[in-house]
Amino acid sequence: MTQVAAIETKDLSIGYVLKGGRHKVVHDALNLQLYAGEVTCLLGLNGAGKSTLLRTLCGFQPPLSGAIRLMGDPLEAYSQHRFALTVGVVLTEKTNAGGITVYELVSLGRHPYTGFFGQLKSSDKEIIMQSLESVGIVHKANNYVSELSDGERQKAMIAKALAQQCPIILLDEPTAFLDVTSRIETMVLLHKLAAEQQKTVLLSTHDLDLAIQMGDCLWLQEKGRAMACGTPEDLIMNGAFGTFFGKDGIVFDPSTGKLNVKAPVQPVGVEGDFQTSYWVGNALIRNGYRPSPVSADYININCKSSQCLDIVWPDGTKKQVASVAELIDEIKK
Amino acid sequence: MNKQALIYYPLLSFILVVLFIGSLVYGAVSIPVDSVINILLGKDIDRIAWQNIVLQSRLPQAFTALFAGSSLAISGLLLQTLFRNPLAGPSILGISDGANLGVAALLLYFGGSLSQVVDWPISGYLALVLAAFLGACIILGIIIYFSAKVKNNVMLLIIGIMIGYLVSSFISILNYYSSADRVHAFVMWGLGNFSGVSLEQLPFFACCTFFGLLFAILLIKPLNALLLGELYAANLGIKIKRTRILILLCTGVLTATTTAFCGPISFIGLAVPHIARLMLGSSNHKLLVPVTMLCGACVALLCNMLMVVPGSNNILPLNAVTPMLGAPVIIYVIINRKNIQYFN
Repeated sequence: MTQVAAIETKDLSIGYVLKGGRHKVVHDALNLQLYAGEVTCLLGLNGAGKSTLLRTLCGFQPPLSGAIRLMGDPLEAYSQHRFALTVGVVLTEKTNAGGITVYELVSLGRHPYTGFFGQLKSSDKEIIMQSLESVGIVHKANNYVSELSDGERQKAMIAKALAQQCPIILLDEPTAFLDVTSRIETMVLLHKLAAEQQKTVLLSTHDLDLAIQMGDCLWLQEKGRAMACGTPEDLIMNGAFGTFFGKDGIVFDPSTGKLNVKAPVQPVGVEGDFQTSYWVGNALIRNGYRPSPVSADYININCKSSQCLDIVWPDGTKKQVASVAELIDEIKK
Repeated sequence: MNKQALIYYPLLSFILVVLFIGSLVYGAVSIPVDSVINILLGKDIDRIAWQNIVLQSRLPQAFTALFAGSSLAISGLLLQTLFRNPLAGPSILGISDGANLGVAALLLYFGGSLSQVVDWPISGYLALVLAAFLGACIILGIIIYFSAKVKNNVMLLIIGIMIGYLVSSFISILNYYSSADRVHAFVMWGLGNFSGVSLEQLPFFACCTFFGLLFAILLIKPLNALLLGELYAANLGIKIKRTRILILLCTGVLTATTTAFCGPISFIGLAVPHIARLMLGSSNHKLLVPVTMLCGACVALLCNMLMVVPGSNNILPLNAVTPMLGAPVIIYVIINRKNIQYFN
């Protein structure tokens, strides 16, 4: 890529300085790049160092060694003010902003631009309205922040980051505490902002499904090993996912992109209607079977429709059942 | 911004003027309204005593109440925003106690009463304010130290209360080794009083608090950013360390000046910011700072009038009156916290 990376790290070492000047290194030798227009998801188990990396990139703690370049310039060249114009953050920190309106909250994003008393010019007001529109909460502009749902609150904070007009937006677990719909909405929104406004977006998350679905690029982090970076598909198919998330009794299934409880061993043949066989497969995995191509060696299931499921045993006996629950009961016998 | 909130400026100013005039007219000695007006207009009236009471006692007292009320209320607001704790206040966090200790050390160790102190070479009340300021700053420093260590706000409050007890025990020791008249002077001072500032001291007192209040107005922008928490504020370009120090300095000046002259006054600093926020329905400091100032002045003037026991010429201690107004507000706020926006 010829484009200048929005964030680039070189041999970055992150962690904490302990008493007596000793370094507690959380992760080192990080060589990472983030590009405009891309959503990058930072994945890793608890304690992998996701927060430390984000805090370092947010400028809240200094790197132990190595270099960070923002928009091509070294981090040291950034004053706090210039940094505020370059990187906008959305954190999990609890705020005390319940008593101000959404509009006032988003207007705080204009702080680096306004004067001593924070007076908003008409251009500022326009940018605030645009930010509210981009995230789709214009209708809540005059509501108190305390009246918002968790998802709306997250959108308002993203709008604040937009009002800051930063090319880079860093988000710490923006989908945590959100319900399913809000999680997807938030991710779709971030994707849209990256694509339409050429923002560089980096977020940490525990949401594998969404990250695989919506992330242009994934970073897999784990203590003591090199960060795996790439598109979700590549990371799945080259097995990186399995080694990062597979733990005792938990297996990453590269064919579905899901984490499963222990490897299902006993094969069961599944064929028929696509949707029905998908969900029959889901039920089989949960019960310890492995959905497989049809074969005369084991039990086969022909999914004609969701109400009509044919079971064929290897000895040739057949039975028709009308629901997945019955099906599982029959197979277990 | 909330347009209807703008109505509170004229409304509160009007109430303030009424209470101010009320404080001049109403007192232990009853003086007719027209006489008070004549005295204020500089007309000669027959009774020199009345003239003295109004000009030498009630007028400085009303001004003192006005400035002290604003100062304490703003101190409370700044601390509540800085520590992100709605129950913070100069008296709760032990800052008043710190100022108290400074004054105690001065009064009990060196001088018997304020009047004696005034005769000192470095004009006495300046020494008093400095002692209070020093005491307040030491406690503030300790609180800052702990606020970095203890992230939990309730724990920090408890530490503040403990420090308050610790300071009180020092004061008890000072008391124990002091002569009776010094202890009496100190106890009287500790009951709180707006009449401690004479007409000659008033300009000094007014200047100190005025600059402190002006200082607070200059902090409005970072205060609003701090509503989001320190990390967000830092990301918005606010220099956190500097802002923290400026806010605490401002609080120190306001609390120390007020405490030095009026004694440790409870509850105004804690309760008035809540009254202001409930009234405005907003924690935007652009509105909140001026309204808190006006509210603080009004509440202090009201307390000043409530000190006078009706139908007698007795005066209640100030610290007997302020909890009667302040404590119910805090209880109301705590009980209704689920329905109050700024708590969520």
